Amino acid sequence: MLDVNNIRKDFPILHRQVNGKPLIYFDNAATSQTPQQVIDVIVDYYSNYNANIHRGVHSLSQEATDAYEQARLKIQNHFNAKHSHEIIYTSGTTHGINLIANGFSSLLQKGDEIIVSALEHHSNIVPWQMLCERTGAILKVIPMNQNGELVLSEFDSILNDNTKLVFVNHISNALGTINPIKYIITEAHKFGAVVLVDGAQSCPHIKPDVQALDVDFYVCSAHKICGPTGVGMLYGKEEWLKKLPPYQGGGEMIAEVSFEKTTYADLPHKFEAGTPNICGGIAFGAALDYMNRIGFANISAYENELLKYATEQLQQIEGLKIYGTAKEKTSVISFNVGNIHPYDIGTILDKMGIAVRTGHHCAQPIMDYFKIPGTIRASFMFYNTKEEIDTFITALKKAVMMLS
Amino acid sequence: MTIEEVQNEIIDEFSMFEDWEERYQYMIDLGKDLPLIEDQYKTEDNVIKGCQSKVWVHANMQDDKVNFTADSDAIITKGIIAILIRTFSNQHPKDIIEANTDFIDKIGLKEHLSPTRANGLVSMIKQIKLYAIAYQTQLN
Repeated sequence: MLDVNNIRKDFPILHRQVNGKPLIYFDNAATSQTPQQVIDVIVDYYSNYNANIHRGVHSLSQEATDAYEQARLKIQNHFNAKHSHEIIYTSGTTHGINLIANGFSSLLQKGDEIIVSALEHHSNIVPWQMLCERTGAILKVIPMNQNGELVLSEFDSILNDNTKLVFVNHISNALGTINPIKYIITEAHKFGAVVLVDGAQSCPHIKPDVQALDVDFYVCSAHKICGPTGVGMLYGKEEWLKKLPPYQGGGEMIAEVSFEKTTYADLPHKFEAGTPNICGGIAFGAALDYMNRIGFANISAYENELLKYATEQLQQIEGLKIYGTAKEKTSVISFNVGNIHPYDIGTILDKMGIAVRTGHHCAQPIMDYFKIPGTIRASFMFYNTKEEIDTFITALKKAVMMLS
Repeated sequence: MTIEEVQNEIIDEFSMFEDWEERYQYMIDLGKDLPLIEDQYKTEDNVIKGCQSKVWVHANMQDDKVNFTADSDAIITKGIIAILIRTFSNQHPKDIIEANTDFIDKIGLKEHLSPTRANGLVSMIKQIKLYAIAYQTQLN
């Protein structure tokens, strides 16, 4: 069981006021809040052992290197990667996706096919379009149904021997749908296709096991998992990471350099050019420690309760329509009320201290599918409460009354 | 009335409201009453793309004064548009170019003019001034 009152004590920001009202933070799918335990790690790093890593002979550099590499092991354990060098530090999910898209530029040929899902975030559409432009590959899309679920029979029918890459998010940021990635990975592998899963939205709620999934690449960002912004990870199977060319040139990623020839460093450093976000990496590890102490089974059970409760409450509001009603979904609710513009409702809710996201959630193809300009999205984490949902419902009713 | 006089009048009206609720309810009502832009001007050319709410602006000049009509798909945005139109419509282009928009702060709507609000209002004021500059060039 999860003791939410105790957990809330860990998050200083949850105790501030916004516009004179206690903050209710329901924009967790955009970024999560940071517990004191992680903030302490950041403060400790800059107060006590800030130094550049890997090359220093002095003690500070050694301490920083140890902590940074220790964090990599934590990430490896968390995702159950076979080797620690299969974990590449990135600046976040988008960086990880671009690293792969760029790497495949030299491995794809004209006529090869790339499959993405209709539920993708822009960051998981645009890099592939750019890759297709560079290589002459063709982009195909797995469509979705009215519930916001992928139509797997369509996926089966577009999958063929020309399919080289499949990119799908584990959980949709706009609708909260949990995609059947195990099925997608298994089917794609039958045709020898490589699968990259975007875990930006899944990692806050579930603990993916990359070996059990047999996924080729998995990416996520620390800031969605109670860590800091500007750091994330790319998991890649060793065989694939060895095949891919380096993404950026610079320090750290080389073994030997002369003007005639440079040899690249081994994994993971081949993909980690330049001074990384050292403090961020260490704090990422601390964030995973924090989440694991609470336990992902507890987290998802509690969040499912919040989702169920909020959904029931919202459905009682006249004219309210929820977008994304997949059987398997996380604690994200996208909705509109009548013809009221989401921006108007978001503005009034903010006046009452409630943070939600409004707009197209960087997933315009989904909005086009439903023929709406955007939605209001409330997304919950394990530190939110039913009482907050009650206040949110009251505030929402008031906003609707003012705007009708 | 000069632009400054109109602005002072608006500041006076807003000073009567006691809290955000009354202010926003008034803006919402203004938004509902805003005379709509004629459909023929609600074109892609006239749209100012904010990230979230769309704003259309059309301008014409009569007797050396510029008139604006506008619309938005979000009602609070429309309310603010109504305030801007009341301020800048039927004014000489030179006065529009020189006018400042500090009064927005004074009526408690400063947050809407922050570029991060992504509601197209900053761009809208810019567009109003650009129209004024264009018409001023015609007069010179």
